[in-house]
Amino acid sequence: MIAIIDYEAGNLTSVARAITYLGYSNVITGDTKEILSAKRIVFPGVGAAGSAMKSLRHLCIDKALKMVFNQGKPILGICLGTQIIFDFSEENRTKCLGIIPGTVKAFPDGLSDSDQQKLKIPHMGWNRLRLKQQHPVLANIEEDSEFYFVHGYYPEPADEGHIFANTTYGISFSSVVGYRNIIATQFHLEKSGAPGLNLLDNFCRWIPC
Amino acid sequence: MLSKRIIICLDVREGKTTKGIKFKDNIDIGDPVEMARIYYENGADEIVFYDITASSDKRDIIIDVVRKVAETIFIPFSVGGGIRSIEDMRRVLLAGAEKVSINSAAILNPQLIADGARAFGSQCIVLGMDVKYVGERSEIPSGYEMVINGGRRYTGIDALKWAIEAQSLGAGEICLNSIDADGTNEGYEISLTSLISSHVSIPVIASGGAGKPGHLLDVLTRGRADAALVASMVHYGTYSIPEIKAFLHDNGVKVRSSW
Repeated sequence: MIAIIDYEAGNLTSVARAITYLGYSNVITGDTKEILSAKRIVFPGVGAAGSAMKSLRHLCIDKALKMVFNQGKPILGICLGTQIIFDFSEENRTKCLGIIPGTVKAFPDGLSDSDQQKLKIPHMGWNRLRLKQQHPVLANIEEDSEFYFVHGYYPEPADEGHIFANTTYGISFSSVVGYRNIIATQFHLEKSGAPGLNLLDNFCRWIPC
Repeated sequence: MLSKRIIICLDVREGKTTKGIKFKDNIDIGDPVEMARIYYENGADEIVFYDITASSDKRDIIIDVVRKVAETIFIPFSVGGGIRSIEDMRRVLLAGAEKVSINSAAILNPQLIADGARAFGSQCIVLGMDVKYVGERSEIPSGYEMVINGGRRYTGIDALKWAIEAQSLGAGEICLNSIDADGTNEGYEISLTSLISSHVSIPVIASGGAGKPGHLLDVLTRGRADAALVASMVHYGTYSIPEIKAFLHDNGVKVRSSW
């Protein structure tokens, strides 16, 4: 069973539908017992870091997540879920879970592209991955594959070794990060067509060593 | 860098797709779930369902359509038409849509934008704008006026002023439809699109008037649009999405080229 963590941060049904479409049983849950007994965990989220951390603490999911991480179960972070696994987010100046060392930063104002066009924030739409390291979850994902992003903040791991892919939007930022049994994407793989489903399917079969 | 998006618009009435010419003489052309699947497989970057069901007792049909579409396609899609309250938004979003589009209801009650953005996040709230060129005058300094009820009612609201206000209320995106260009197949309203896009910091989707790939090239470059909405030029098989994307790519516009 795959547990999709419900901490009142956004629409989780699209992640559940994509996993169901791929043929894996899943449950949307905020119950720590159910989270601790799941075989693997999906940690999604849309919204702001401050209120998300507040509700994670309130529901005691912060501790449950650290426990499943220490047990070595595969965890997939998506979007806000990815940001929350770092130490700290500039959004609402929020202390986060601290599973991966690093901070989450706001896109600076006044970014422009190579044609000197001013870039809009949030970064929303389809953008490309530049693969940095191999990972079982990134198997058969091609260089320059495009994924769907919606975010105004981006993760910056303290250790370069935790970066698996980068994306450029005015600046280069980490779009796939990972550490031991956790892999996390800044984009919405559940809304990214075939490459997204491919990545999600890889995660559902991934056995971290 | 970000790709320019090609968004397919499906008008839906009582669960069936139609394509209107200047909002009149709608004819049924198919099943929305099946059409969404075909466009998804052919590289659409996003899909918009616009519910033009007139009778309120048949409004729930769209929720069923949204649920089935959400089980079938895995790209963002939005729903507009008939959304008047936070509860309407919640039903559509929970059924699986990524975004909701509000138009007349936002003009009648601007607070709906702010409430929607607070409840679901700005990224969920698309402001639909139906705009007509009326000439510059003191209440309409830009010369473009907001119209509602499918283009039948003038509001006395300046389109540029409204776009800026909606952004500050929390709209995450603007879908900008020119009533003058809609259904003509003669090209988007470039000056309107470029005017709005250069004055807001949220993405602008150009809508109304697409007849050939060159029109998309124009609006995505000179018109400074972030995305282009197309309907009849793909619905009637005149052009395919891969053809349109190949044309844009060959002309230096970044588009999502594999899917």
